Formats: sequence, C-alpha cells, structure tokens
Amino acid sequence: MLDIAEAEPASGEVITLTDVRKTYRSGSIEFEALRGVSLSIEQGEYVAIMGPSGSGKSTLMNILGCLDVPTAGSYLLAGDDVSEMDEIDLAQVRNRRIGFVFQQFNLLPSLPAWRNVELPLTYAHVPRDVRKAKSVAALEKVGLGDRIGNRPGEMSGGQQQRVAVARALVSSPALILADEPTGNLDSTATEDVLALFDELHQQGRTIVLITHEAEVADRAGRVVRVRDGQIHSDRITA
Amino acid sequence: MSWLETLRTGWDSIWSHRMRSILTMLGILIGIAAVILTVGLGLGTQKSVSASINSLGSNLLIVSPGSATSTTGVRGGFGSASTLTTSDAEALASSLAAPDISAVAAEKTTSLALTAGSANWTTSVVGTSPEWLTVRNRTLAQGAFFTAADETNRSAVAVLGSETATELFGFQNPIGQTVTINNISFQVVGVLASAGSNASSNLDDQALVPMSTAANRLFGGTTRNAVSTIYLQARSADLLSAAYQEAQALLLNLHGITTASSADFSISSQESLLDTATSVSRTLTVLLAGIAGLSLLVGGIGVMNIMLVSVTERTREIGLRKALGAPPAAIRRQFLAEATVLGLSGGLLGAGLGIAAARVVPHFINSEIVISQTAVAGSIAIAVAIGIVFGVYPASRAARLAPIDALRSE
Ligand SMILES: Nc1ncnc2c1ncn2[C@@H]1O[C@H](COP(=O)(O)OP(=O)(O)OP(=O)(O)O)[C@@H](O)[C@H]1O
Ligand SMILES: [Mg+2]
Repeated sequence: MLDIAEAEPASGEVITLTDVRKTYRSGSIEFEALRGVSLSIEQGEYVAIMGPSGSGKSTLMNILGCLDVPTAGSYLLAGDDVSEMDEIDLAQVRNRRIGFVFQQFNLLPSLPAWRNVELPLTYAHVPRDVRKAKSVAALEKVGLGDRIGNRPGEMSGGQQQRVAVARALVSSPALILADEPTGNLDSTATEDVLALFDELHQQGRTIVLITHEAEVADRAGRVVRVRDGQIHSDRITA
Repeated sequence: MSWLETLRTGWDSIWSHRMRSILTMLGILIGIAAVILTVGLGLGTQKSVSASINSLGSNLLIVSPGSATSTTGVRGGFGSASTLTTSDAEALASSLAAPDISAVAAEKTTSLALTAGSANWTTSVVGTSPEWLTVRNRTLAQGAFFTAADETNRSAVAVLGSETATELFGFQNPIGQTVTINNISFQVVGVLASAGSNASSNLDDQALVPMSTAANRLFGGTTRNAVSTIYLQARSADLLSAAYQEAQALLLNLHGITTASSADFSISSQESLLDTATSVSRTLTVLLAGIAGLSLLVGGIGVMNIMLVSVTERTREIGLRKALGAPPAAIRRQFLAEATVLGLSGGLLGAGLGIAAARVVPHFINSEIVISQTAVAGSIAIAVAIGIVFGVYPASRAARLAPIDALRSE
C-alpha cells in the first residue's frame, strides 16, 4: 500500500486560479478557449472536471499542470505564482509537485515499463538504484509487478495507462492531474485505474481529473462543469 | 541528469533506432575514409616524386644539351649530336675556372646488350668518371669503383647495378667475372648498392664503364666525345647558385655564345626540379582533397537530413520529457550526447577504415598513400560538428517549446 507519510496534510489551497484566460492563435484566427476561469482547489480534494467536447477542459488542465501558460489571469500553485517562474523552476514544479496522466498514455515505446516510470526521478537526480527500486514499487502498486520489463507495445491499453499512473505517482507529488485517463479504456480497465485514484485520494493527495463519464465523476467529491471556456457549475457531491 | 545518465539515454535511443543510426554513421564513415585516402594518395605522390628527385644526389646541378627557352621549349643541339662534350666536363672540373664546383661527372648513355657466359641482358651502358659515385650519392655493395688510372688507360672494366649483376650472374659473385659488350670483354670490378628506381629510370639496372673506354672503344665515330648529361656537385647547398653562375659562364664562353638566352645547353638544379614537381603534386593533392571534401559534404547532408527528421519525429518525446520535469538544458544535453556519439563513432570508424585502406591499397596500385594526421583529425572534427549542429540545433529549438505544444506535434 502507498506510504501515507509522503503526502502533505490536507489543508490550504493547492490551486488558486483567478480570471484565467487562454487565447489560441493560429495564423490570423484567434480563439479564446478559456474566458475568465476562477477556481480554488483545496489540499486533498478529488475534483472531476466535466463538460462538452471543445469546452476548454484540456486547456484548463494543461495550465494546471504547467504544461502551458495562461494568456491572462493568475495561477497560484500552493501559494506560488506560476507566471513568475522561469523555465527551470517550471521544470522542477512539473517534476516534483505534479503527476500528470495523459489520455494518450504518452509512454516512450522504446523503453521497458520501469524505465518509463523512472523518467521523472532521472530529472530529479535520484541515484540509479533508488530509481529502480522506486519504479518497481510504483509498478507493484498499480498491479504490474510482473510486467516491469515489458515495453508499452507489449501491454494492453489498461496496463499502459497503469504504467502512466505509476509514472505520475513515482515521485510522490501532492497533486495528480489526469486528462481523461480512462477515455481509451474498457470498463474493467477503467475500474482498475479508478481504484488507484480512490486509493491515492484516501492517502491525502489532491486529484483533478477530466472525464465524460458520470460514473467516473461520481467517485469524486466535487464536480466542476465547464462550458464555452467558463465554469458553468461547481458542486460538492460528497 | 548527470553526463553518464545523459550518455546512457543517448545510447538507448541510438540503439532503439539501430538502422537509422547505422545509416547516419555510414554517411560520415564513407566521407571520412574518402578524405583520408585521397589526401593520402596525393601526399604519397608528392613524397615519391620528391624522393625520386632527391635520389639523384645532393647539391646537384644538371647540365643538359639543348636549351630551354620560354617560347619553344627545349631546342635540340645541331643535328642529332649533343652540344655537350667531354671537354666541357673537363673544363667544369677545373677548380680554377669553377671553384665552387666540387665534383663533375659526365654521362654518356647508350642501351647495349651485355653477355656473360650464356646470359644475355640489355641495359643502359653509361660512360662516366670515377667522381660519379660521389656526385650521384651512390655506394658500392661489392668490389670497387673504377679509378682515374682506368680512365687514363681506357681499361675494359665495368661496375654493374645490383639488378644487372643478378640478371647476368645469378647468385654467383660477379667480381672478377667477364662481361662482353660490343665484342669487348670487360672485367667486373664492382657492384652498386641498390637505390631503387626513380620516375624516369631504374637506378639498379645499368652498367658503368670509364668515359674514355666508352668514347673510344665502345662508341667511336664523330660523336665519340659527346655526352648526354653533365652532373655537377656544388661544394655546399649555399654555393649552389655560385656554382650555377660559374658553370653557365664557363660553358657559354667555351661554346662561344654571348647571350645566356641563346645558350645551347640548360642547367637545372635539383631544387628547381623539386619545386616544379612539388607544385604539380600539391595541385593534385588539393584537387583530390576537394573531391573527397565533396563526398564528405554529401555524407554530411545525409546526416543532417537524418538528424532533422529524427528530431522532428521526436518532438513528442521532447514534450513528454519536459512534461515530466526535464529542463531545456537536459534535453539539449541528451541530443548533444547522441549526436556526438553518432558523429564520433562514424568518424572513428571512418578513420579506421581509411587508415586500413591506406595500408592495403598500395599493394594493388603502384602508389604510396601517406596518412595525414591533419586530414584524419580535421574530417573527424567536421563529422562531429555536422552531427552537433544538425542534431542539437533543432533539438534545442524543440526544447524551448511549451511542453504541450511539443507533445501535440505530429
Ligand atoms: N493548439 C490549439 N490551437 C488552436 N485552438 C485550439 C488549440 N487547442 C485547443 N484549441 C481549441 O480550444 C478549444 C478547447 O479545446 P480543449 O482541448 O481544451 O477542449 P476539451 O474540452 O478538452 O475537449 P475534448 O473533450 O474533446 O477533449 C477547442 O475549440 C479547440 O478547438
Ligand atoms: Mg480534451
């Protein structure tokens, strides 16, 4: 089971968005994907983001994950203003404080599972033997202890997504972000992955995930609905 | 990420794209091997040309009949007769008239048949003086050279080149044996040490006899006193031009010619021959190196192409690594390590191949190949530079993208 001591205590705001806007520019065409989003997420919350296709969910998630920067507005991550960070600080934030799970898994096909999982640790200057031990432990937690040497191409979609989850939690980040983590999975695989998130949540980690499915959202304590680049509703469900 | 880590990552991705990596290296490899070989061939030619000119002797001036004029090239002497004679040679040997000339050896050369027992061999028979040995910088393997007394007495004695001796006498000791030339029996008194061959003749296949013997007993006739070449040795390298002046003044005077431009002989120095030959072969080297450089360029363009494609293809990988916390410097370092490993291993393999070929090829073609360290180091440096510029530049551009933009790229 996961080590509870590694997670931070459940208090304080992890995410504070104030009037965040994002405008995409392709040639002369501008498109405002986020039109003034303000959102606060507390430590230890489990939040599901829902909304129709094209409403701006992924755009929002990428900003939360520091994979993209807002055009306007401010983003405080655990009180630190992200817009004031340079490339190196941002790399460190992504490395130490955030675990990101992509809909498309985004595993490196040439590396075996454990080498994929250890990648965040490599950039955190963790010694090699520690990295191996931690990635094997993370793979065991997601139930893939017998697949550590498999390459992504040698695994099912559900298994690949569990490898991606293992990679997201290997560096014990307080915040886990997942963009439609079960979008490409069948119901059993979805169940496996969601069980992992439940467990992580119980250990006090903050989880934000995007989903289209009501049964996935049901597990979260809070559902934020996005429509046309704005927050349409924000409900505590549990 | 440490350098060792980076190298490991670089090696992983080289290994996972084996075919592409091999093709990349091949382009570099062939280019470098070509540069090393062609430059080596040019340098080898240069070296063998100067070696053959140096083998003529040292501090040497060469007087030839006929004149070298700027408009008509070499003008022959009157009729087929040579304009140089044994008396010219005698005059040049005078230390009063030409104090800076230390030794003179005239040569009168004809191809004749030599017979020893049942063996027959046709070679250059050279009439010359005892100074020949010094002037031409040769030594004897066996016996002795003929003497001034032989010259005075028109003795029928001969000194043979090492190959000539072998052709006529096999493994027998030739000293004291008899060789017949034009029905005259010559006694073999010496055999020359081997000197190889130069551009124009085989230095080991000739028979030397005293000039007086050659002029009066072998050839006779009205041209008996004509010589084909007079070799002059200056007292030192510094006195070469003084010796040149003296020889020219003396010969013009003897031949009754007032202006140097209408001289019926020409004097060339070893140095001038060397200069001409070196400049010709240097041009050759530059030309060859240019062609090889082109092949390196073509190889380089191939490498650039593969590198660019691979970086573009791997923009997603770059995005993912950034998303997982890689700072731009780590990305640049990864691609730098990859490019260096590819460029360096292609370069080293190419240098190995080039050097190996430079050892083997001379056995099949009649030409030496000199391995130039500059060419080896320079071409490896170019190969690595190509890899770095065309592998690292696009990678560091991709490393500056927002992670999500790199991840989205197809
Ligand atoms: N890089 C981009 N350039 C231009 N427009 C973009 C870009 N990325 C997204 N958009 C546009 O922004 C809007 C929001 O996109 P986003 O990916 O956030 O939607 P989404 O809510 O995640 O949709 P889905 O549920 O289909 O994943 C869309 O209309 C999309 O076309
Ligand atoms: Mg989306």
